[in-house]
Amino acid sequence: MSTAGEWLRGEGPHHQIVISSRVRLARNLRNRSFPGWAKKAERTSVLEMIKPQVEELSEMQDSFSELLQDLSALEKQVLVERHLISREHAAKNVGSAIVMNRKQTLSVMINEEDHLRMQSIRSGLQLKQAFKLVDKIDSALETKLDFAYDPRLGYLTACPTNVGTGMRASAMLHLPGLVLSELINQVIQAVSKIGLAVRGLYGEGTEAMGNLFQISNQTTLGEKEDEIINRLSKVIETIIEKEHDARQVLIQRKWNTLSDQIGRAYGVLTFAHAMTSKEALNLLSVIKLGVDLGAFPEDRRLPIDELFIDTQPAHLQKSSQQKLTAEERDHLRAQIIRERLKVFPKPDISKLAKETGNGSAPSNNE
Amino acid sequence: MQKVNLCDACSKEKGVQDPTGFALADLLLGIGAAEEIEKGAATERCPVCGYTQADFKKTGRLGCSSCYATFAEGLGTLLKAMHKGTEHVGKLPQRAHRAVELSDRMRTLNENLQKAVAEENYESAASLRDQIKQLEHELAK
Repeated sequence: MSTAGEWLRGEGPHHQIVISSRVRLARNLRNRSFPGWAKKAERTSVLEMIKPQVEELSEMQDSFSELLQDLSALEKQVLVERHLISREHAAKNVGSAIVMNRKQTLSVMINEEDHLRMQSIRSGLQLKQAFKLVDKIDSALETKLDFAYDPRLGYLTACPTNVGTGMRASAMLHLPGLVLSELINQVIQAVSKIGLAVRGLYGEGTEAMGNLFQISNQTTLGEKEDEIINRLSKVIETIIEKEHDARQVLIQRKWNTLSDQIGRAYGVLTFAHAMTSKEALNLLSVIKLGVDLGAFPEDRRLPIDELFIDTQPAHLQKSSQQKLTAEERDHLRAQIIRERLKVFPKPDISKLAKETGNGSAPSNNE
Repeated sequence: MQKVNLCDACSKEKGVQDPTGFALADLLLGIGAAEEIEKGAATERCPVCGYTQADFKKTGRLGCSSCYATFAEGLGTLLKAMHKGTEHVGKLPQRAHRAVELSDRMRTLNENLQKAVAEENYESAASLRDQIKQLEHELAK
């Protein structure tokens, strides 16, 4: 729990643009009220049935397993910032739980909107691999638990938008090139038209910050799991291409704008003494783009990726060990960023170069 | 569009509902969802969990897995508008998988039995009957 999960450090395919891939499955017990309708006693009895079975899974050896009422508001928020539980789940209390593996690549929410929400996270574009793991967990659990299933409608869920496969596959994309070249709205519109959803950093109803976008399947009935995943992966691959194209166009035609953006981001992050999480994310995004394009050495990638998470409000709060006001947080955030950027070389704009596809940018070991 | 001003009593008489009454179903499931939900009988209540149609309309969520059968009428159109198809084609739980397999086998056995009887192949008919009996026993488990 002290450090962020393996998926952040991982180097999955297309990891420069695809931060993470996630697949979650929703399952419910037959004829038991869904968590939103169940009385406290029934929620607790469902929890007592499910939790031991989840803990016994071989993938959950040495797991972190907690009842939601035993977690502080801060601990819950840290889990939200790491995308291990949903904001909805963080609001739960008695009768709900979270079980996750040590690597923080697999998490199971008990009594969120559905009795079970199982989620697997991988770095880069690895939706198939993420599905494989969560599918395995599902198959293991269904031998122990009687899941609500209808031959015609598939897995039955609290919300009719999830019925069928109960599956939501999503990828978090970093698209500064498309944002800077003002092509992002076109992409979002095109994606929405083919039954996929584009959302901000923390899912439904959240704002896009740090040029981060979540793309996921909208429908769950009438299509097989692998069909949904293949379709989504293809669309994401196209977006990755468009992002690379946009970056090349920026280098070739908007060199001045691009170098100005990177220089300013570096300047502000290096010298600011107060910074909101939104400003931090937006500036860190530009630095990340700078790493991708060779303006900073490749070994600076991880520290930047870590700052994306470490500058989130609850992570800051956690590191300071005392209650902070918003103003104090902004101050602390700027301080942490300044310290980590101390060892950062100045951006070398002359190295802004052609990317080498999905591999790493040209290495610049000073 | 026609605008009519009605007093409280008249509006009740004419069956106009509270216009400020907010249906979360519309928001969550798309405009018109609340109306769709109402197509089933308004008093319907899920026999398993006691959830009512009004609850469904208000929240856009169901009470338990049986609600899908209880509110099937209103749900049908909703699901059609919301998803790619109306029938699940994805993963089958092993339990369901086994049931499907057994019922497929039962169908084949019955067909073969009829064929055997028609062909007056009584020996094979007898063996098929035994197999059917055994399968029935398995299905009852």
